[in-house]
Amino acid sequence: MTLTEERPRTRQVRRFSRPDPTSGSRGGQRFLLVGLVLASAYSLFPVWWLLVAATKNRTDLYQSNGLWFSGMHLWDNLHEVFTYQDGIFLRWTANSLLYAGVGSLAGTLLALATGYGLARFDFPGRGIVFACVVGSFLIPIALLTLPLYLLFSKIGLVDTAWAMLIPCLINPFSVYLAKVYTEATIPFELLEAARIDGAGELRIFFSIVLRMMTTGGATVFLLAFVNTWNAFFLPLTLLRGKENWTLNLGLYNWSGTRLESGVDLTGLVLTGALLSIVPMAVMMVAMRRYWRTGVTLGALK
Amino acid sequence: MIRSLRWKGAAFTVPFQLGFVFLYLLPIGYAVYESLYREQQSGLGLGGATERFAGLDNYRHGFTDSAFMGSVLRVVLFACVQIPVMLLVSLVLALFLDSLASKAASRFRIMLLVPYMIPGVVAAIVWINLYSPDVGPLTPLGKVFGFDWNFFAPSMVWPSIGNLLTWHGVGYNMVIIYSALQGVPRELFEAARLDGASERRIALSIKIPYVRGALVLTGMLSIIQMLQIFNEPALFRNVTPQTVTDSFTPIMIIYNQAFNAGNYHYAAALSVLLALILGVASFLFYRLTSREAD
Repeated sequence: MTLTEERPRTRQVRRFSRPDPTSGSRGGQRFLLVGLVLASAYSLFPVWWLLVAATKNRTDLYQSNGLWFSGMHLWDNLHEVFTYQDGIFLRWTANSLLYAGVGSLAGTLLALATGYGLARFDFPGRGIVFACVVGSFLIPIALLTLPLYLLFSKIGLVDTAWAMLIPCLINPFSVYLAKVYTEATIPFELLEAARIDGAGELRIFFSIVLRMMTTGGATVFLLAFVNTWNAFFLPLTLLRGKENWTLNLGLYNWSGTRLESGVDLTGLVLTGALLSIVPMAVMMVAMRRYWRTGVTLGALK
Repeated sequence: MIRSLRWKGAAFTVPFQLGFVFLYLLPIGYAVYESLYREQQSGLGLGGATERFAGLDNYRHGFTDSAFMGSVLRVVLFACVQIPVMLLVSLVLALFLDSLASKAASRFRIMLLVPYMIPGVVAAIVWINLYSPDVGPLTPLGKVFGFDWNFFAPSMVWPSIGNLLTWHGVGYNMVIIYSALQGVPRELFEAARLDGASERRIALSIKIPYVRGALVLTGMLSIIQMLQIFNEPALFRNVTPQTVTDSFTPIMIIYNQAFNAGNYHYAAALSVLLALILGVASFLFYRLTSREAD
């Protein structure tokens, strides 16, 4: 199944013979709507609660109704989050952006080259490389992360930004997606024509293939970004000092200190949690066109 | 293809291959190697530890380690409940969306996908606070209806985590199933309606068989993720360390063996063991679901 084959067909089918929604019974339609409204409420209410909680001061957080506002203290809370422990939260944000942004960008470029090589060249060992790509989906992260910790600590990479950036370079799922996208968008004939015109292979890749793969590349980047932003086990294992932590690690740490030292950081954790959603939400909304095809493409795996 | 061209093509994949060797094959090989050794205190433990070849001892120990096997069983049982529930809800919602006009459908789809935008750690933090008797709205809500919920009680921890995972995963799974539904040829429905089939009948006999592939896929992905569950229990442990022990899930045990007990060799053996269990589980699931198809 490829993207180009599938999409126009469904669109056409929908235009001609989409069942008109009134074809079901009236009561049936109402039942569907009620179900969907309830499911949407379930999906949204925790986010709403988080939003409301981030605007409250400590007393109201404990005493007022959780689902409605009570006093506006969002700015105080933000100020507290960004100044607590000498503004370490800002540092974590920068780290998360660095790891997810730079790591995914480099990883995407590498994945596109690999996917292109796998999809459009027939070289000995191609099957083995592809088998490695697909096989690695089944490898538990612990099996990779623990020995990686030992190896990285031998060469002094543990607790540096490199410990997060280097693993981001190699992403088998990105390679898989890049291969599927190449098969769907880069025709053999075009490559032949470019070669006859005397273009070198590198030039073909950088000035033709990469340009035609903008959409596919953006999807791969977006999914890799989300993946790295969400990562927890890898940074927990490889990063020891607070200065190199990601937002996830920092929030985990803050939510744990509540027990240990009797300091109540609940408000801080909640405001921080809300803030850590913002970059993801901005990313996803800005790139929702790519994201949708990406989520769907996961289904072809 | 011309010979030189083949090698140029292969060159595009060389950086990845090198990286794969260093970041995948080498660590796995190293883990297997480590798993065959054990640390031995020399004499009275004064001369420091030496590494001794242990053969399969670590694996034998792992197989009979009731904490490890218990955690695997715990997670498998949980998966047997949570994954079907989540996929059923996703399927029902996808079928609902599919029966709506496309404009309304896309609006609902966006709302249902909001949880997917939230990082797993943050989702867990939000739900832990929703469950919290101090700040969460659910405990007072329960009291209104006469329930005295304690979401962190031993019998409630898995349902609480299950609800969190379902909340987080339904949107994503629904979108995959929904996009499979969009591929069903609409003519089939027309034909079935002409033959007098009800909408429910069409859903059961045409739509659901058609999205089987998507269901198998989402099921497989969920199983792989579930056996490796770590983030959510780790965050719950912050709140209820007595209930969510440090040997609650397989990965938690592996992490603790490696970093708290300092027993890398045993941790390596357990992670290889977990990989094997994962492989067997995926294989069984695949066989089970593909045999039904025949």
